[in-house]
Amino acid sequence: MLKRTLQLRTSPHLHSGTSVEAIMFHVALATLPACAFAVYHFGLAALLVLSVSVITCVLTEHVVCHCRRQPTTVADGAAIVTGLLYGMTLPPSLPLWMVVLGAIVAVGVGKMLFGGLGANPFNPALVGRAFLQTAFPLAMTTWSSTASDRFTSVSRSTFTWPLMRPDYDPSSTDGISGATALGLWKSEGTLLPLPDLFWGTVPGCVGETSAALLLLGGLYLIARGMMSWRIPLAILTTVAVGSLLVDQFESERRFDPLTMWFSGGLMLGAMFMATDMVGSPLTGWGCVLYGVGIGALVLIIRGWGGMPEGVMYAILLGNAVSPLIDRYIHPRLFETRQRSAAR
Amino acid sequence: MFDRRPSFRHGVHPPAAKEETRDRPIHQFPFAPVLMLPLATLGDHAAKPVVVAGQEVERGELIAEPDDPLSVTMHAPATGCVRRIAPAPTIQGKMQPAIFIEPFTASTQAIVAGTACDLSASQDQVIAAIRGAGAVGLGGAAFPTHAKLQAARDRVVDVILINGAECEPYLTTDYRVMLEHADDVVTGIRYLLRASGASRAVVAIEADKAAAAHRMTAAIAELPSVVAGGNPPAAIDVERLPVKYPQGAEKILIAAVLGRQVPSRGLPIDVGTLCFNVASAAEIGRCLSTGTGLVDRVLTVGGPAVERPGNYRVPLGTPLRFLLETVGLTDEAAMVFLGGPMMGQAVSSLEIPIGKGTTGVIAVTPAQTAAIDRQRRHPCIRCGYCVDACPMFLNPAQLGLLAQQQRFQSMASDHHLMDCFECGCCSYVCPSHIPLVQQFRVAKAALRK
Repeated sequence: MLKRTLQLRTSPHLHSGTSVEAIMFHVALATLPACAFAVYHFGLAALLVLSVSVITCVLTEHVVCHCRRQPTTVADGAAIVTGLLYGMTLPPSLPLWMVVLGAIVAVGVGKMLFGGLGANPFNPALVGRAFLQTAFPLAMTTWSSTASDRFTSVSRSTFTWPLMRPDYDPSSTDGISGATALGLWKSEGTLLPLPDLFWGTVPGCVGETSAALLLLGGLYLIARGMMSWRIPLAILTTVAVGSLLVDQFESERRFDPLTMWFSGGLMLGAMFMATDMVGSPLTGWGCVLYGVGIGALVLIIRGWGGMPEGVMYAILLGNAVSPLIDRYIHPRLFETRQRSAAR
Repeated sequence: MFDRRPSFRHGVHPPAAKEETRDRPIHQFPFAPVLMLPLATLGDHAAKPVVVAGQEVERGELIAEPDDPLSVTMHAPATGCVRRIAPAPTIQGKMQPAIFIEPFTASTQAIVAGTACDLSASQDQVIAAIRGAGAVGLGGAAFPTHAKLQAARDRVVDVILINGAECEPYLTTDYRVMLEHADDVVTGIRYLLRASGASRAVVAIEADKAAAAHRMTAAIAELPSVVAGGNPPAAIDVERLPVKYPQGAEKILIAAVLGRQVPSRGLPIDVGTLCFNVASAAEIGRCLSTGTGLVDRVLTVGGPAVERPGNYRVPLGTPLRFLLETVGLTDEAAMVFLGGPMMGQAVSSLEIPIGKGTTGVIAVTPAQTAAIDRQRRHPCIRCGYCVDACPMFLNPAQLGLLAQQQRFQSMASDHHLMDCFECGCCSYVCPSHIPLVQQFRVAKAALRK
């Protein structure tokens, strides 16, 4: 009867079937609507930025693994997700050599230098972006407008030679003007129409403009249990409540909660960046605290900081305090819990 | 989604896999050529044999008496001859002294009866009768029931829980016992109410066992209004719980049904309750009302590598090999474990005997074992799935990191390692396939030394 030696293993002998690969696959899937919209809205340039960033991130991870004489870890899909998220935070007309450089920093420095998957203290995509923001502030804040020939040609700046000053077309006048919603709000106090902000037909970074599709992707991940719902909820609530409060005292500009939500990188940050599992706290209340902190920072930087947008730095700072939060916030022990509906 | 029924927080939902055996009635299992009965039911607490090699015994006859408070009375599971008292292999992997009985070919299922215990007997008399019947926790722990009751003797027990949750996948024995022997269960509950001094019993059943809940409710309704002769009269209720693992764990069940939290390192008695498995209640009901001892136990034999899965009433001491050969083990069998897949222990040898704590024998094929073997291990990505699954509200991710650094002391003193009862939810949900609970077992073992 028994042909083989019995296998020995300790329980549990079952597994739920989730895996890092599955999580990465679904996160990538959830970003696709926003990415597809980016390609529709910004054209070929967005497609190039996204493809180049994904390819560079994957290659960087592969090469670093090779140099460390380790089996390559690109199969887990994390580099693809980093590549997608990083690409989504870049201006569509960014020279591709900068995209490549930032991607190398994102994965090489932001992730692999710290030990690879699970060991990176900061969101690698944002590390890459922060590097570019510091190194090339001009290129990172130059927004091309949407041209009608966007599917057939790209801005001249895209193919700038490495280390050369990017050459932006001054000529393209049709389509949407080149300043972002937050830039306009900060400099002139004007508000763009909400539907445009919600659907994303405004200038901005590749994947950040369509709040609707980012929200959709986020809800998909929450429904799949692959994202903490507390973090985006805490961020968005803090920003909304904070805006309403500030609006009572601030007379110069209107702090409109919905504009705050749907403009800039807030939706992308709240849904996909802050929720990066590695950089966010483990516990439920830790996540709430982390989200509230990020939300408050976003509002402060947007309102009174030197830049129009502050989501990136808010999240990076959030990542930095996340280990501290985990140190002090633990799940409340079983024995000390009281069930409200005790019977 | 908005289930208002009482339950506990966290936990997981493994596939139930109960369809295979849930509709298979309990069958009496034949006698094996040799039965091996280890003297110790729990740990090293061995009973003292009262038979000698060569002696003929009848099914149900006393063969060993308790020697210390945690050892258990033993009865011959078959009419036959005591061959020898010698070491036998056990699930723990070490040899332990056991009584070997060779049943006669003519051995029948009839059990020698003694004096029945009256339902109105005193508390001490009922506890003594339970001790005499050799009753232990049949839910898997095999803790001597009389010891549990004795420890609660001078303390206040207001309600006892009868555990019919059976949250482990594959297992359907408790379900079948409730369905087929509801009257025995109710009788057992009445004895247990008497022995514990409680005025109320709650039978906790998960919602996927609706038929059992119906049957139990009906059996309770048939009782005279004043049961157990208590004052005030005792009440027996049936509570349906949503399906969730590990609901059947003692502390979790108490929280789910009564909303009481057993303190860390504490026992149910600390919150005024005691838990008994439905199968234990059924055997106590059957044994005490007829004056017999525990000679068989009902268990589920199942899994994809078993040809004729089902629920069987198996004589204690039946070797695993005889059990599996009788029900048919396919060539595909790759792993056999005792109990359910979440907490069950894999066996290295089929020569070990079925004991009082064996709730099921599950044999799986390479298809199932490969599902876990082929998993790729990744570093912890701090997803927090384990934190959201742990029913004890521990932080398995943090514990796992400490375990990797072998900081066992810190695990116990700063992160409540000893509160972990090894349900395996953390390992079950980990997307990085880190063997968390397995590492915690290692840590606990290292700390015990």
